Amino acid sequence: MSVVTIENVDIVFGDNKAKTLPLMDKGHTRDQILGMTGDVVGVQNANIEVNEGEICVLMGLSGSGKSTLLRAVNGLNKIARGRCLVRDGDKMVDMAKCDDATLRHMRTRRVSMVFQSFALMPWLTVLENVAFGLEMQGMPKAERLKKAREQLKMVSLDKWANKKPDELSGGMRQRVGLARAFAMDTDVLLMDEPFSALDPLIRSQLQDELIELQRRLNKTIIFVSHDLDEALKIGTKIAIMESARIIQEDAPEQIVLNPATEYVEKFVAHTNPLNVLRGSSLMTPLNELAVKDDHIVINDDIRMKLENGKLISVQGPRGDIPTARWTPETIFANVPDNTVFIVPANIAMRDAVELRYHSNHFMVLEEAGKSVGILNDHNFYHALLGKHFGREEAAA
Amino acid sequence: MNWLTDNKIPLGAWMENFVDWLVTAASGFFDLVSITLETMIVTMVDAIDSIHPFAVIAIILVGVWFLHRSIGLLIFITLSLLLIINMGYWVETIQTLVLVVSATAISVLIGVPIGIAAAHRPWLYTMLRPILDLMQTIPTFVYLIPTLILFGLGYVPGLISTIIFAIAAPIRLTYLGVSKVPNELIEAGLAFGCTKSKLLYKVELPAAMPNIMAGVTQCIMLSLSMVVVAALVGADGLGKPVIRALNTVNISQGFEAGVAIVLVAIMLDRICKSPSSKNAG
Repeated sequence: MSVVTIENVDIVFGDNKAKTLPLMDKGHTRDQILGMTGDVVGVQNANIEVNEGEICVLMGLSGSGKSTLLRAVNGLNKIARGRCLVRDGDKMVDMAKCDDATLRHMRTRRVSMVFQSFALMPWLTVLENVAFGLEMQGMPKAERLKKAREQLKMVSLDKWANKKPDELSGGMRQRVGLARAFAMDTDVLLMDEPFSALDPLIRSQLQDELIELQRRLNKTIIFVSHDLDEALKIGTKIAIMESARIIQEDAPEQIVLNPATEYVEKFVAHTNPLNVLRGSSLMTPLNELAVKDDHIVINDDIRMKLENGKLISVQGPRGDIPTARWTPETIFANVPDNTVFIVPANIAMRDAVELRYHSNHFMVLEEAGKSVGILNDHNFYHALLGKHFGREEAAA
Repeated sequence: MNWLTDNKIPLGAWMENFVDWLVTAASGFFDLVSITLETMIVTMVDAIDSIHPFAVIAIILVGVWFLHRSIGLLIFITLSLLLIINMGYWVETIQTLVLVVSATAISVLIGVPIGIAAAHRPWLYTMLRPILDLMQTIPTFVYLIPTLILFGLGYVPGLISTIIFAIAAPIRLTYLGVSKVPNELIEAGLAFGCTKSKLLYKVELPAAMPNIMAGVTQCIMLSLSMVVVAALVGADGLGKPVIRALNTVNISQGFEAGVAIVLVAIMLDRICKSPSSKNAG
């Protein structure tokens, strides 16, 4: 069920929209339009659907229009054309056209926001900052302070409740920002590069906290980022923007495996595949392996035997190699070495590499009870060197 | 050249006609304002004067203690006020304080809303700026004459002249404070559902408060600098002995009255400034 639907949205900054919109339709570029009418095209023909529980990451360089599009979802930016629908109970409200009272209702009850520069009120205490939005909801003072205190506990800042924001570190301030947004109990959270102003360690820690919070609260999140690693880590869906347009919208793994343009490819080239790729996209499929004497040849020394798609045995140079099953619950410290593991086909690359490190052997991927391929050192090196993508290959 | 001087543009005459017209057309209004303000100030002065000076000092000290909690400031204020009593300027000091506080209060009540309105409407500030410049640069004595005609002798023409001179400070600094509120705070306010008035009272004004307080402090100091001028049109206070000393070339009286004014200035400055700088920090 879609919670936020963005349909054919154009956003234009300037006073000549009547002239600018037809020029956009004729296919003039952003720079040409700036020269002709003086208007800045913020977003051009954006379409996204975000479903309940999804984290949709808008990703792009600065100036690509990602923050502009995000701000359309709570009406901070005016939409020149198109619709931006946000779910309100059983109906969808168009944020571009609703009246002031509806807009305020949506902002207090349905959509809340986290800012890159925290945007905490410096004259309020941490607790009062968290309660700020609740006050706008019209909640009585005692009740809202109590609720704000609970939210602070959730981000483990309850001991700092009576401090002013400038007494806190950057990471703590953004936790206050998160608590303020979560306190509103809205379905939709907008996050405008919330972790970009933080140093890498704190950033990664807050990303983990956000993922953990999301697991418990199941919000619908639209997240703006210029960092593909961050997008891949937290996003369930990624929309990549370049000069006001969405140029690719896909699942994280698909972005990495099949970048739509050179621009996306450049982003992908600098990411760490360990967090994104899964076994099924790395593996060598069984049908590409040589078969000799009813055995599948892994290399000169090792062969394996399947029956009805199931692994029966693995023969090494000095007799059979034991086999075992790996599940995501398996603790790596307990993994025996010199063992061939049967793993689910969707195993994360990070887990696969770690398993290879402990077990000292290739692994067999299984999907719906049948072996589908193997993961061996070659597959890992291939991915780590960034050879797993390339539009030429995909097109071929 | 002769042509230029012969055909004099009657600028002064126009102004005089305008003031004459004001006097005939709106004398009722000006009398009403004059009587109201005069009564207000005289009542306040009498009320404070009826209390024993030591009691007044005690009340001031308690107030200052709650604002600042600084022993040093309390000692300074006590000694200053005792010195003023010793020099025999207690009543004049009260008159001056009441005049300064009234002028500041009226300036702030009018100036802050104007500053807010100007910050929200750029065209209004473009219009206001030359007027504010004019009010601050035109020599005080020039508008002292029409205010004297319109409001008669006493506190009120002094008060009005003081307000004209001092009101630019709260207008300018409120404008500055409100228009400099970081955009992200405005966005945060809107994103969490502020109405226009909530945005003003919960975001813009608190964020602009350090600047507005600086405007108030400046306004007080500017008002105080007008005491002597106000005395020229009959406002009682510390300005009177200064003028009397000037007329009689009385060095000792002039010096003592001057010291009293300086002490009042330092006290007001210390009392006002500190809280605003704390807010800013």
